[in-house]
Amino acid sequence: MGIIFHIGRYTRFILRVFRKPENGPVFRRSLVNEMTTIGTNSVGIVALLSLFMGAVMCLQTAHQVSGWIPVYTIGFTVRQTMILEFSPTLIPVILAGKIGSNIASQLGTMRVTEQIDALEIMGINSAGFLTLPKILAGIICLPLLVIMSMFLGLASGAGIAYVTGVSSMADFQYGLQVDFVSYDVIYALIKTTIFSIIITSVSAYHGYHTHGGALEVAKSSTKAVVYSVVIIMMSNLILTKLLLT
Amino acid sequence: MIELKNISKSFGEHRVLKNVSAKFHKGKVNFIIGRSGSGKSVMTKCTVGLLEPDEGQVLFDGRDFTLMNQRKRKEVHKEIGMLFQGGALFDSMTVSENIKFPLKMFSEMTDQEMDVRVVDCLKRVMLEGHGDKFTGELSGGMQKRVGIARAISMNPKYLFCDEPNSGLDPQTAIVIDNLIIDITREYGMTTVVVSHDMNSVIEASDTIHFIHEGEIAFEGNNAEMMVSKSETLNEFIYASKLMQKLRDR
Ligand SMILES: Nc1ncnc2c1ncn2[C@@H]1O[C@H](COP(=O)(O)OP(=O)(O)OP(=O)(O)O)[C@@H](O)[C@H]1O
Ligand SMILES: [Mg+2]
Repeated sequence: MGIIFHIGRYTRFILRVFRKPENGPVFRRSLVNEMTTIGTNSVGIVALLSLFMGAVMCLQTAHQVSGWIPVYTIGFTVRQTMILEFSPTLIPVILAGKIGSNIASQLGTMRVTEQIDALEIMGINSAGFLTLPKILAGIICLPLLVIMSMFLGLASGAGIAYVTGVSSMADFQYGLQVDFVSYDVIYALIKTTIFSIIITSVSAYHGYHTHGGALEVAKSSTKAVVYSVVIIMMSNLILTKLLLT
Repeated sequence: MIELKNISKSFGEHRVLKNVSAKFHKGKVNFIIGRSGSGKSVMTKCTVGLLEPDEGQVLFDGRDFTLMNQRKRKEVHKEIGMLFQGGALFDSMTVSENIKFPLKMFSEMTDQEMDVRVVDCLKRVMLEGHGDKFTGELSGGMQKRVGIARAISMNPKYLFCDEPNSGLDPQTAIVIDNLIIDITREYGMTTVVVSHDMNSVIEASDTIHFIHEGEIAFEGNNAEMMVSKSETLNEFIYASKLMQKLRDR
């Protein structure tokens, strides 16, 4: 029952979000603002996590490389995990916590303090005005962050391999290049784009439909993160099945 | 003129409005009074479409609001200015930006014309020089006044004020009352004021609707209210010692 209610209300919400904005210049300005909050402000955390992840992935694989497993497997595994799963899935999951709770608490507060009502009464489509810039900013920024994450992960894997000497640079480079399919990157970016829409729209949905006071804002914020992550994980399975097999 | 015809509204089992009908006239300051929790805010929200009434009709100058689709409602909304009970200022913007916001969204004004208009609105609510502050830096009464400035910035045809002078000192309250009267007369607005401040009611009201337990228990003007035989209304009006003294004189 609950799930059908949410799907119905979410669909109606999204239909309102994707209407033409009332005022072009105002819309473009808020798009730039959202790109700053969603994109620029996430560069640090994404970079940090990717550097560590690439390094750890390198050492873990090195630990298992012995005997008949060739050394170039190290570079190969770092590449495959970063490109296929860590950057396009785990980075969005982590960002769901950061961006999602931010969006939900912002809209939730605007709802309970009647700021959303104030927008409506001015004749503004509040759902679109508040949410569309966030969704578009997510679609633009998340793929860029993920590409950055891939590069940093690979670089840090190479760096740690060099420093610890678990792999020669030649082996690592060969591993990075062997059997490379560029479609994997496209698959990763398609996933990321869809995940970004899930994060921004699901979080906005929960924030927008807050009722009550500060306590409910906190609840919406939690729900935004939990729902986003669960939906990302489910669509990850479906997308992987559709795109990779 | 705004006309409410047999409006009912419930939240679950709780019937907040029971068959409410009312007429708010053009160029007049129309008051809705009543005790806390009697349904005044719900009644205004049903009127402007922020809540859907379960039954009944709302007519804005003959246009049936309840039958309109989203797009037509938006057009009516552009003619409405509203002050919310809690101010509802955009906290991501400064005071000036709040007042400028509706102008930016919908008017054809140049940036300079908008700035002139903003200063003018700030002057009317006695907040010149506070334009660059963020709304979080203002006192409750100042936020109320910014809310009024924002509501009148577009020269609306219909003005709704939910408790415009709660949280204001008596002197500022009178300034705000006078401002509401002035702009209502000047621009021929249809103004609806929600209040339980008897001072304002006596100062500023042209018509009065007294709402009690979700029903209109009295309808009339100032003079009629003072001599009304309605018991609930009399309890409401003469709750304070001061009003009792006034009556007994
Ligand atoms: N969204 C809502 N959900 C459930 N009940 C509500 C809702 N809004 C208002 N009510 C109920 O409706 C009744 C009337 O509320 P309303 O806000 O209209 O009172 P009011 O006359 O404006 O009071 P006050 O002078 O204190 O502002 C209250 O009992 C309130 O609990
Ligand atoms: Mg109220």
